[in-house]
Amino acid sequence: MSSMESSNLTIETLKRMFEKEKRFDGRNLLEHRKIDLEFNVSNKAEGSARIRIGKTEVIAGVKLQVGEPYPDSPDKGNLMVSGDLLPLASPRFEMGPPDFYAIELPRLVDRAIRECGMIDMEKLVITPKEKVWTIIIDIYPINDDGNLIDAATFAAVAALKSTTFPELNEEGKIDYDKKTNKKLPLSKETSPIPLTFYKLGNSLVLDPTREEAESCEVRISFGISIWNKQLMINSCQKSGAVPFSQEEIENMMQIIPKKFDELNEKLKKFF
Amino acid sequence: MTKETKELKRPSGRGLTEMRQMKAKVGVVPNADGSAMFTFGNTIAIAAVYGPRQLHPQHMQDPSTGILRVNYDLLSFSVSERKKPGPNRRSQEISKMTEFALLPVLDIKDFPNTVIDVQIYIIQADAGTRTAGINAASLALAHAGIPMKNLICSVALGKLDKELIIDLDKDEEDFEGGEGPTDFPLAKIANSDQFTLIQLDGKIQPERVKEIIDLANKACEKIYEVQKKALKEVIEQ
Repeated sequence: MSSMESSNLTIETLKRMFEKEKRFDGRNLLEHRKIDLEFNVSNKAEGSARIRIGKTEVIAGVKLQVGEPYPDSPDKGNLMVSGDLLPLASPRFEMGPPDFYAIELPRLVDRAIRECGMIDMEKLVITPKEKVWTIIIDIYPINDDGNLIDAATFAAVAALKSTTFPELNEEGKIDYDKKTNKKLPLSKETSPIPLTFYKLGNSLVLDPTREEAESCEVRISFGISIWNKQLMINSCQKSGAVPFSQEEIENMMQIIPKKFDELNEKLKKFF
Repeated sequence: MTKETKELKRPSGRGLTEMRQMKAKVGVVPNADGSAMFTFGNTIAIAAVYGPRQLHPQHMQDPSTGILRVNYDLLSFSVSERKKPGPNRRSQEISKMTEFALLPVLDIKDFPNTVIDVQIYIIQADAGTRTAGINAASLALAHAGIPMKNLICSVALGKLDKELIIDLDKDEEDFEGGEGPTDFPLAKIANSDQFTLIQLDGKIQPERVKEIIDLANKACEKIYEVQKKALKEVIEQ
């Protein structure tokens, strides 16, 4: 997120271009690249998906396990989101312990999914207070060309939608080779759409390329969904050491409903 | 459900826009270059500042500016279920968010190759720990004499079902029913329209965000007064 990797020349050029509402690839500042979605990209996973947004590619997979419920939610199943910024996907990613960005990415995906309530966690209980299903979503970028948080969220949600339960044998153990047709208990109405705004100077940009993202000063990620027929913001996080003004926040609140409808329309054909 | 909504009472009996009692005290850690305590009701945060001092390892030094390094954590006994000591992903994220919240008012370009360490610990937790921590850290930085353009004021806004409220406590974070609880921690540069921390978990309609920001503006004015008073007290001693 820091502008450390971009040269001052790139940053100044992009700033001037954004002020004139221009981008190198000819898009409007709030326009997304082409989005492509594919399911079942790894057949040992209980569900999986691959998203492409322009040249950005992310794979997400779901594994199901049987475990104990958390003490503070004895009547609910568990959800875990994790991810790894593989050095495969970018010259910027390195092996070793996760840096802040690698910690933040799955946490943002987790909150967008959890807070919108798309998963009926209570239906994941096998034996009350003792045995529940644990949903583990793992996210791996394959090629980072910007907008990784939104791509990761799209991929994770798609993977959840394609997930089916494996069979439980008589001892209550999972037989991963026997898959059922039973889908996860997901809401029909509610499904989160991620939207991350990037800011450079006074301009707000959506779906940046890696060069654009690395030149921006700050970003703010939203998870948005429909709940009881109302548009709701479920999660939000500003990341970066430059503030947003009240006016900019109010401006984003105007853009969010329009982009939500537009992205939903784009994704409809895949589901 | 609608009946409950109309008669929504906060578990604590506070009014919807009533904040918990705030206390601030500067100079609580004599060893530190600057320190402060800030409380929202039962939430108690202390912060200590060490630096600017030489940053080690050397390869992390930045010759163009000083660096701010924040560590936020809960003391293990500050919450109901004992928190395992040491950083976890939540505390690492909050530490970074706190850095982002404080940096816009700091002028640390004149301290190349140095680090300013801010240590924030929560002694007693009743929600609003990150915002109390930011308020304490802002005071501690001022107390340490770090060049600052202004103070940072921080508060958690929220929504219980359909009602907007200020300064959630733990009972309110665990509220169930209707549109559920929404936790919306914010920080801003005092007396400005610039927001330096924006996080949210829950369910809120985009058109209600303006309302909540207006509430935050009013709350931050009160926080600013408490902070100023605490700083004056330490100077007058």
